[in-house]
Amino acid sequence: METIIRMQDVSKTFIGRDDQVEALKGVSLEIGRGDICGIIGMSGAGKSTLVRCLNFLEKPTSGTVFIEERDLSSLSPAQLRQVRREVAMIFQHFNLLMQRNVLDNVCFPMEINGVKKADARKRAKELLEVVGLQDKAKSYPSQLSGGQKQRVAIARALANNPKILLCDEATSALDPTTTKAILHLLQKINREFGITIVIITHEMAVVQEICSHVAILNEGELAEYGSVEEVFAHPKSLAAKKLVFRIEPKEALMESRRCVRIVFRENSSFEPVIANMVLACRTPVNILLADTKDIGGVAHGQMILQLPDDEASAARMLHYLRERKLEVEELPSYMGGGEAGESDV
Amino acid sequence: MFENLMQGQILQMLAEGVVVTLYMTLFSTFFAYVLGLPIGIALVVTSEKGLRPQKVVYKILDIAVNVVRSVPFLILMILLIPLMRLIAGKSYGPTATIVALTLAAAPFVARLVESSLLEVDPGVVEAAQSMGAGLWTIIWKVMLAEAKISLIVGATIALGTVLGYSAMAGAIGGGGLGDIAIRYGYYRYQEDIMIVTVALLILLVQGIQWLGTWLSKKLDRRV
Repeated sequence: METIIRMQDVSKTFIGRDDQVEALKGVSLEIGRGDICGIIGMSGAGKSTLVRCLNFLEKPTSGTVFIEERDLSSLSPAQLRQVRREVAMIFQHFNLLMQRNVLDNVCFPMEINGVKKADARKRAKELLEVVGLQDKAKSYPSQLSGGQKQRVAIARALANNPKILLCDEATSALDPTTTKAILHLLQKINREFGITIVIITHEMAVVQEICSHVAILNEGELAEYGSVEEVFAHPKSLAAKKLVFRIEPKEALMESRRCVRIVFRENSSFEPVIANMVLACRTPVNILLADTKDIGGVAHGQMILQLPDDEASAARMLHYLRERKLEVEELPSYMGGGEAGESDV
Repeated sequence: MFENLMQGQILQMLAEGVVVTLYMTLFSTFFAYVLGLPIGIALVVTSEKGLRPQKVVYKILDIAVNVVRSVPFLILMILLIPLMRLIAGKSYGPTATIVALTLAAAPFVARLVESSLLEVDPGVVEAAQSMGAGLWTIIWKVMLAEAKISLIVGATIALGTVLGYSAMAGAIGGGGLGDIAIRYGYYRYQEDIMIVTVALLILLVQGIQWLGTWLSKKLDRRV
């Protein structure tokens, strides 16, 4: 896979009046062309700073970023503006020009790029069709819903044929249904135009929905990076586990014995695995967390079960689950165990 | 009570007063924007969180604006007599008053512009930066364009204030309605003329306010 974005040991320190904040601490990351890379972390993890370093809206304190092997730190302001035309960005609060109508908003980046007005209008209309808002061309942003505003922002971002699209919490201000629609629009853009997408989010669900890769950021450091499949099935760092299990370590939920995590990847969603297991073993289990969904008839997601204390039935259940090719991971010492909480399958 | 007003020449004088007051107000405000608009933009751009932070430039402008705004207008007019002579050829009359009014209003206008531009959503400015927009594009097409309504409201305030100042300039022979009010109402105790001049001033301020509000409503796209 060809690398399109390369972050090299990027650190960023903000110096305030009487303190300084290390937002990023030596982050190195390579994003492949055509990937949809999710960057996830708790608030304050440095996600927004990281994405702003990718187009040098924030200049790293040390380290640098390469876009298609061009070192951004070596560019003149004019060259940097040129690169920014290839790296578009959308935002949590859409950031549209409120005094311009939808069509003129989409034309704006082309105005900056010196595109002729007639050509710009023509392309803007095409782009509004791509995002499904052709009938709103003459509306003003204040007349649109959040989802529609983000669609306008996406059309605007595509105006100058970017190679990369950066999304800074682009769905965080939207309701779940609209979030899904916007994510699928981004996926469509990725597939149809081959645009590499970087998505900043604090929601694992967003990453699972469309990302191919995920980087987990924790207190300014890169905790884990890999394909979504891999990180989701075998989270290694504590930060990754927190996000995947969606549980705060302080919650004593899994303090009790015999907790197992089941990862669904290839089983049919029509088979009621857990119910069958309970029937077959004639012992109830406690479902502590269940988060699965049906993608094209295949179950995807995870469950955390608390097996019975009785060793024999627990062993039978584990056997039953593994027989059905489910990935089962025992979670004996996850709690309070920190990095040592890693467990074997 | 209004017997003085029955004289044709008084009515003509009042009509001329309105014209002269408008002449002074409009031209002074216009020139005040010629000076104050760039200063207001510079204050925003060079401030700590601006697009081109320049601590020294910002401090100099900030202090200069405060100093001029602190000087009482009457004193400022007296201080500016040499400049009025230089530009208008004399130290009294409407044209000379425009010089003083312009300089008095410019720092006020700069602050109005500054506060309007600070209201512009920083996210929108950031979006323009992310598209590769240069400084002038951002100032012109983002900051000024997005602050349009607030700038119009500010200009309405500026016009009203300058109109008030122009009346004060009457005290030292500025001309216009304020001049008439002081000469006839204050020096000659012709209260009727004073009342009518004040009423005319009120009407002018009302008219400006009405026009400004109407225009800003008509142009605002945020609904």
